[in-house]
Amino acid sequence: MSVIIVLLMASLSVAAFFLLAYWWSAHDGQFDDTYSPGHRILYDQDKNQESIKKS
Amino acid sequence: MEKFYYDNKIVKQFGVATLFWGIVGMLVGVLIAFQLAFPALNFGIPYTSFGRLRPVHTNAVIFAFVGNAVFAGAYFILQRVLKTRLFSDLLSKIHFWGWQFIIVFGAITLVMGYTSGKEYAELEWPLDILITLIWVVFGINMFGTILRRRERHLYVSIWFFIGTWVTVAMLHIVNSFQIPFSWIKSYSFYAGVQDALVQWWYGHNAVAFFLTTPFLGLMYYFVPKAADRPIYSYRWSIIHFWALIFIYIWAGPHHLLYTALPEWAQALGTVFSIMLILPSWGGMLNGLFTLRGAWDKVREDPILKMLVVSLTCYGMATIEGPMLSLKNVNAFSHYTDWTVAHVHIGALGFNGFMIFAMLYYLVPRMWNTTLYSRKLANAHFLISTVGILLYAIPMYWAGFAQSLMWKKFTESGQLQYQFLETVTHIVPMYAVRGVGGLLYWIGAFYAVYNLYKTMKQGRFLANEPDEAMPLSAQPLPTQKMHWHTAIERKPVQLLVLSLVVVAIGGLVELVPTFLIESNVPTISSVKPYTPLELLGRDIYVREGCYTCHSQMIRPFRDEEMRYGEYSKAGEFIYDHPFQWGSKRTGPDLHRIGGKYPDSWHFTHMRDPQEISPGSIMPAYPWLIKNDLYTANTPAKIRAMQKLGVPYPEGYDQICIQDLRLQADSIALALNAAQIKTSGDKEIIALIAYLQRLGTDVKK
Repeated sequence: MSVIIVLLMASLSVAAFFLLAYWWSAHDGQFDDTYSPGHRILYDQDKNQESIKKS
Repeated sequence: MEKFYYDNKIVKQFGVATLFWGIVGMLVGVLIAFQLAFPALNFGIPYTSFGRLRPVHTNAVIFAFVGNAVFAGAYFILQRVLKTRLFSDLLSKIHFWGWQFIIVFGAITLVMGYTSGKEYAELEWPLDILITLIWVVFGINMFGTILRRRERHLYVSIWFFIGTWVTVAMLHIVNSFQIPFSWIKSYSFYAGVQDALVQWWYGHNAVAFFLTTPFLGLMYYFVPKAADRPIYSYRWSIIHFWALIFIYIWAGPHHLLYTALPEWAQALGTVFSIMLILPSWGGMLNGLFTLRGAWDKVREDPILKMLVVSLTCYGMATIEGPMLSLKNVNAFSHYTDWTVAHVHIGALGFNGFMIFAMLYYLVPRMWNTTLYSRKLANAHFLISTVGILLYAIPMYWAGFAQSLMWKKFTESGQLQYQFLETVTHIVPMYAVRGVGGLLYWIGAFYAVYNLYKTMKQGRFLANEPDEAMPLSAQPLPTQKMHWHTAIERKPVQLLVLSLVVVAIGGLVELVPTFLIESNVPTISSVKPYTPLELLGRDIYVREGCYTCHSQMIRPFRDEEMRYGEYSKAGEFIYDHPFQWGSKRTGPDLHRIGGKYPDSWHFTHMRDPQEISPGSIMPAYPWLIKNDLYTANTPAKIRAMQKLGVPYPEGYDQICIQDLRLQADSIALALNAAQIKTSGDKEIIALIAYLQRLGTDVKK
């Protein structure tokens, strides 16, 4: 069953990557504001969408 | 303010490819569905037999239909959310054409019978390398775009795409370790139970990180956009993401319950599967709650209708999955059509409808017009929903009925039903399922026509202008001081601390494996395959026998009675790749060796219905005609030796003599049974392999 060690190493390295990514994102202030990101994507209306809305 | 242009052309290319491969992949699916009801549709030639087309269907739908859709959606969303053009037009181009090449080359090799024999990872080693390269191109393009962004905050969809990229890269590499013995064929690096574990760790996570996480990325963008209201809870979406990626990766062993995999690994898989319910349902509800107050729009808008059904199917599949991971449920459901129904709820409902909703949203915007016909899109929604129901309900029914029949005993303690009776009982349901798939396929055609007309009436905007402030000109967000902020500001401390956290988790998992010397007890009577059996095994893999036959008898009374002694881990140590299978459309074959005479196998392969009237197995007349290709046998033996299979040194030089000897003796036995054949045909090797299966422990 030595392959379990391979899988654990692989899984743990991915988990470690995500842990660091999480730490970075929390540190970077990615999650400080949980209100505006949800709204912001709605405001990037491009020219096309505006023309559709008018029509 | 900086002015820049979004690249719509690459989104268009991937979008069109999605539709094209969707139609192709689903058509193959419809064909193989009807093959199970009407075996004549196998047409008696190798290239259209079920065993070869089933991998074409799964690979086309997963990697071509869903894959292209993910790339289209990700490239559309990345640019808009990050306020920048994609990192490199050249890389986008390489990514697109490279991926299409892999699909075409892959389909051709699968039809030709070049397969690794591991489900959803069937493509052979040159393609595995190509996939890795193109995946790296995708990664560079994505991370380059992220680095060039004009929006500091990474929207949750971006996180889902990052998670997808990292995990799929690792899964693909670990599962694709193999030793080539020709320019196109190889043997899996792992054997038996180890190969099975790696494969289902991959297989499960391919569902998680190729079919689920990127679609949640799409969901978190397109549901708010289509409903024109923000996601119900952004905070929830963050929890959804981190919880999902940390839990998903450990659930793989639930595909191997009651098999020769160690008990503790099976238990681990079950526990994490149950834990998955929470983030999955949190995500589904987050999407559905986004529509609160907008249900009047859902009544009319086909895009929202599809998104609602898509999310509902996600919820169904993610509660059903953990339930199927419970050992008592799995004992009943595994190897039946229940699993097939389960995955199609996900594929047709969750993935399929999300893709079509996305295309109905994207095409009018990029072509600067409105959807050609809303009525037609509504009709598409209706016909495809009926299609899903007609697909899933007969498959659930078939799964339940067949499993009940398998496990039914008479009062005197004998098995009530022959295996064949349990098959003929559900054949009508196979036919209805085919109709369901056909309806879904017709619905996809509605989409193709509707979107084509939309493109025709609009004008495509290849480079879409937008403007935003550069990141350097934006003020830094003010930091709140949390208790952990002090640690985070010192990178070395942070690194040490995170290593400690990971190491604790690692030790907890690793210690038991070190303590138990080996979880695979070797059985002294289990010996390597003879050269002829090895070639026969390669034919077994080539024809995709594993798509319908398992080689893993679970320790249940009915299975032991029907098939023989339950399978032990030590019996598979020379199996590169393992061939346990995941579905019993036909009976288990692990103890088929010695059960019938050689002549039975010969006649049965030539025409299964002659021996078993009502059987739905395709005929394999070409095995009787084709000469056995033996020239690369020494290369195969050497590859096996490299993998640790104990053939004597120099055996590759004399293996052909052994092969001839064994082949001639089988041909002689067949001749004695009034069957005209010679020892140099493929069927001889296959019979040798089948007669060897599961016999070593009886010695």
